[in-house]
Amino acid sequence: MTLLDDFALRAALAGLGVALAAAPLGCFVVWRRMAYFGDATAHAAILGVAISLAFSLPVFPAVLAVALIMALTVSALTDRGHGLDTILGVLAHSALALGLVAVSFLQGVRIDLMAYLFGDILAVTRGDLAVIWGGAAAIWALLYARWGALLTATISPDLAYASGINPKREARILTLALALVVAVAIKVVGVLLISALLLIPAATARRFAHTPEAMAGIAAGIGAISAFGGLAFSFIYDTPSGPSIVCIAAGLFCVASIFGVIRRST
Amino acid sequence: MSLLEIKGLGVTLGEHRALNHVDLSIDRGEIVTIVGPNGSGKSTLLKAIIGAVPTDAGTITRAKGLRIGYVPQKLHIDPALPMTVRRFLSLPKRRGTNEVRAALAEAGAPDLADRQMADLSGGQFQRVLLARAVLERPDLLLLDEATQGLDQIGSANFYRQIETLSAQTGCAVLMVSHELHVVMSASDRVVCLNGHVCCHGTPEIVASAPEYRALFGSGTQGALALYRHQHDHGHDDGNDPARAPELPRGHAHTPDCNHAAKHDDSIPEANQ
Repeated sequence: MTLLDDFALRAALAGLGVALAAAPLGCFVVWRRMAYFGDATAHAAILGVAISLAFSLPVFPAVLAVALIMALTVSALTDRGHGLDTILGVLAHSALALGLVAVSFLQGVRIDLMAYLFGDILAVTRGDLAVIWGGAAAIWALLYARWGALLTATISPDLAYASGINPKREARILTLALALVVAVAIKVVGVLLISALLLIPAATARRFAHTPEAMAGIAAGIGAISAFGGLAFSFIYDTPSGPSIVCIAAGLFCVASIFGVIRRST
Repeated sequence: MSLLEIKGLGVTLGEHRALNHVDLSIDRGEIVTIVGPNGSGKSTLLKAIIGAVPTDAGTITRAKGLRIGYVPQKLHIDPALPMTVRRFLSLPKRRGTNEVRAALAEAGAPDLADRQMADLSGGQFQRVLLARAVLERPDLLLLDEATQGLDQIGSANFYRQIETLSAQTGCAVLMVSHELHVVMSASDRVVCLNGHVCCHGTPEIVASAPEYRALFGSGTQGALALYRHQHDHGHDDGNDPARAPELPRGHAHTPDCNHAAKHDDSIPEANQ
């Protein structure tokens, strides 16, 4: 396909794919107050990058594996009711620091660390595109199949049990989806801003939604607008793509908040 | 056979032995109420029945194909989660519009379908929870202090609704309640729980049982004594001596003490 030879189109498709994958999952992150959880999982991804470089492995599976291990560790600790906030903070930042140190130990490998921290969407290859859209499709399929059960478990574990749903299983499904979105998004927004892409569109969509499904759909739309807007900005002003996308998302959030305040006061 | 048969149930939450050697069975169409002081394991028992807490002893046998409707003690829906009443009632299974409307009417909360859950009053919220339980077409309805936060009229109405529902659909009801006046009038059977089953029987029998009086006091037939009772009445499980001071009239419980038989003996005396 010659069309996909255009790097701008590849970048746009990559941004769209990540935005669509992150939006519905971001809603659960908001509803279940898992923001820090997302951070810890995302930050661990840099350790995955170090491992993939050290052993010449492809980046995607290495990042997915490390993110998954981190996410499972965190959810195991949560189940036991440890001081969650503190533990998540410790894990998130330790994983990031450890990853950065590990990368610096790799000799002979010249990598642009910035690309993994903040995303390098302009270097997206066709292979990356396949990974991104494959991952997005997997996340949508997973969430679609378990939507009712996930929502019930999110509202109340007890109601879930009474309906024959195991809320711990549903939590693990979300954990898996979160690790997937991290592995998919690392190329586009980088590890530092993945949680922002999860949170901000979902938080913005809340004002306009009356049902959970509407919130997920609106969040996907806002995510897509942010991705396109951020990319355009990044092309024009030569800014890093990840932060640009998040800036647009944050701008939309502000506009929505002001709109909400005005609507309430009239 | 009965809908639900619990034998020798034990539950430990963290370090705390919440339930010990609990026996209980529910028959079709029965209304059974669990009373007991705070921390006596009432909610834990209901949660064990729905499978939300792990048990470490005994068995819970459900009748084949038993459908359970569960109304939790309290439910907080995060304001970040937009949720209409209609959507909530369709969780986890999709329900038709008519079905939802009928269930809301049965629970005494018509016209709420399009409201946001977060905007409901306490009473409306509880009725929506009841409607959700009703949608399961339950054989057994579990209510965990379902009238918490309702005023007296509200809770009286609520319980009347439960009675009507049970009479109409033939479903059994197992409820936890702090409102003894309601309990005594509406229940077929009362179970007095304090980690173990202290005593059980018809409301009259339980109200006059010495174990119940030790828990709830006797001055007002127990109706008002709830908040004045002493927790440590020597009725502990015996595993924790520090928490079970030897009261003159109390005894330490063991798996072998046969309360049912004892209470049966005590009925004639109590009624005299």
